[in-house]
Amino acid sequence: MNEMQFLTWVRGPALDIAIGIFLLGVLWRLIEIYSLGRKVDVAPGRHRDGASGLHTVFRRSVPPPGMVKRSPVTYIGGYVFHIGLAIIVFLFEPHIILIRDLTGLSWPGLPSQVIDLVSVITLGAMLVVLADRIKSPVKRYLSTFSDWFTWTLTFLPVLTGWMAVQHLLLPYTTMLALHILSVELLLIVLPFTKLFHAFTVFGSRWYLGKINGHRGVPV
Amino acid sequence: MQGPLIDTLARQGVTRRTFFKYCATLASLMALPPSAGRAMAEAMAAAPAASRRPSVIWLPFQECTGCTESITRSHSPSIEGLIFDAISLDYQETLMAAAGHQAEEALHNAMKENEGKYLLIVDGSVPLGLDGAYSCIAGKTNLESLKEAAKGAAAIVAMGSCAAFGGIPKANPNPTGAVAVSDIIKDKPIINIPGCPPIPVVITGVLAHFLTFGSLPELDKLGRPKAFYGETIHDRCYRRPFYDQGKFAKTFDDEGARKGWCLFELGCKGPVTYNACATVKWNGGTSWPVESGHGCLGCSEPDFWDGGGFYRALSMPADPLKMAATAAAVGAAAGVAITFANRAKKSSAKAAHETVTLADLEK
Repeated sequence: MNEMQFLTWVRGPALDIAIGIFLLGVLWRLIEIYSLGRKVDVAPGRHRDGASGLHTVFRRSVPPPGMVKRSPVTYIGGYVFHIGLAIIVFLFEPHIILIRDLTGLSWPGLPSQVIDLVSVITLGAMLVVLADRIKSPVKRYLSTFSDWFTWTLTFLPVLTGWMAVQHLLLPYTTMLALHILSVELLLIVLPFTKLFHAFTVFGSRWYLGKINGHRGVPV
Repeated sequence: MQGPLIDTLARQGVTRRTFFKYCATLASLMALPPSAGRAMAEAMAAAPAASRRPSVIWLPFQECTGCTESITRSHSPSIEGLIFDAISLDYQETLMAAAGHQAEEALHNAMKENEGKYLLIVDGSVPLGLDGAYSCIAGKTNLESLKEAAKGAAAIVAMGSCAAFGGIPKANPNPTGAVAVSDIIKDKPIINIPGCPPIPVVITGVLAHFLTFGSLPELDKLGRPKAFYGETIHDRCYRRPFYDQGKFAKTFDDEGARKGWCLFELGCKGPVTYNACATVKWNGGTSWPVESGHGCLGCSEPDFWDGGGFYRALSMPADPLKMAATAAAVGAAAGVAITFANRAKKSSAKAAHETVTLADLEK
């Protein structure tokens, strides 16, 4: 298989398989999780302002008071790489063209040099949070194989994409194919690992906020 | 400096100075040191009289003659065309006056007289299906002719994408079992000059290099001269700034197309195509595909015909997604099935639940 055949394979059959498994997994997990349900709370609601589901969605997206100072790497590093990933995935023109082709939706993107800068910052932030995970005894103790694995699968698409654009190490064609392949691995693994938080994070926050609001606990 | 070529050029109205300038351009195009321009000029000018010019045999196999047409049309009677005067093109079916037995005789004489020294140019792929019966010349299959001619060749130039990589004949489902020259000949230096057709100055550059240094220029992993195939169309494209700014033509006649914006969305394969079109251009530097408003097809890359469609952007899927709908349905069904399983588990747990009474506690 030469470089072009490899690229065409990752853009064709491999992408088909990856998106198939991704859709299968996402629908399966979402239906499974949301259908679990809870017992109906028959106690009368003790709603208080500031404890609704929507409020918790926003509240838990900002660090609790004092936490940024206590754990700056976790918070700042975490923000930087999450926002960076969102910018790269949704505002790089070739990505928007893919999304438009698959869904029909499109929006304006950012100049490629901006994406380039964001990629470097994102890669840096991801390396810092990884170093922190290795260095901090508590985080290292709490980390399982899944944590290291999902970090790697998130890091690789950014790294290979950036290296492809920069023409580093391998010819562009090969690196582009590796980039697409790494994204496909991410798509396949996403529904079945902690990466599924991309779909559940706001739902679970809203859910917990709603319950807490019902109980009258202002969180 | 004098020589047969200089005399021929003078007769054609090409001055010595123009010839020098051409050689210097050729040398710089091939990223050779400035002194190479002069060396080239000297080597070509000194090309000996007709009988002893380096012999070149050009064999056409499964091809469309586009490579020959391109080189002759766009460069005759220009100076590049006249470089051919420095060589003795002993066999070229399209260009030679001879036919039938005479042509065959010319071929065999050239092979015999220049044994081990001639340059073999091949255009077209070699069919292996049905024992090579898909393409025969003078009762011989292309496979036989190639093996026979390659035996005494100093080097082989695989001209065009078909000879270099199999090209269009090899496109899926490859009915003739077409392969590239390098798939058959393993013991000779082969230089690939892919393109559909290749850029004429690339072939004259390689010929000039061969005449000057007696060797082939530096090649990349795919056997292409690095000087011409070292960079992608995209990296050298004059429309590249529009790509970086995110300005794309969406159709061939929209405002973006009129303003000359990037053709990436219209399927341009420039980012993955290594060729010199963007710098050397075509038809004597007049224009090239992207400049005329059409994206690059990637014609100088292996298997370009099966690259997922000429009008689909590189970041789009190469094939329509076939599994998505089924996979989504299976996923939803799995979710629903697990929901029922969970509900059943829950209700059986509920049913199995034993109420603890005061009496139980007092036991």
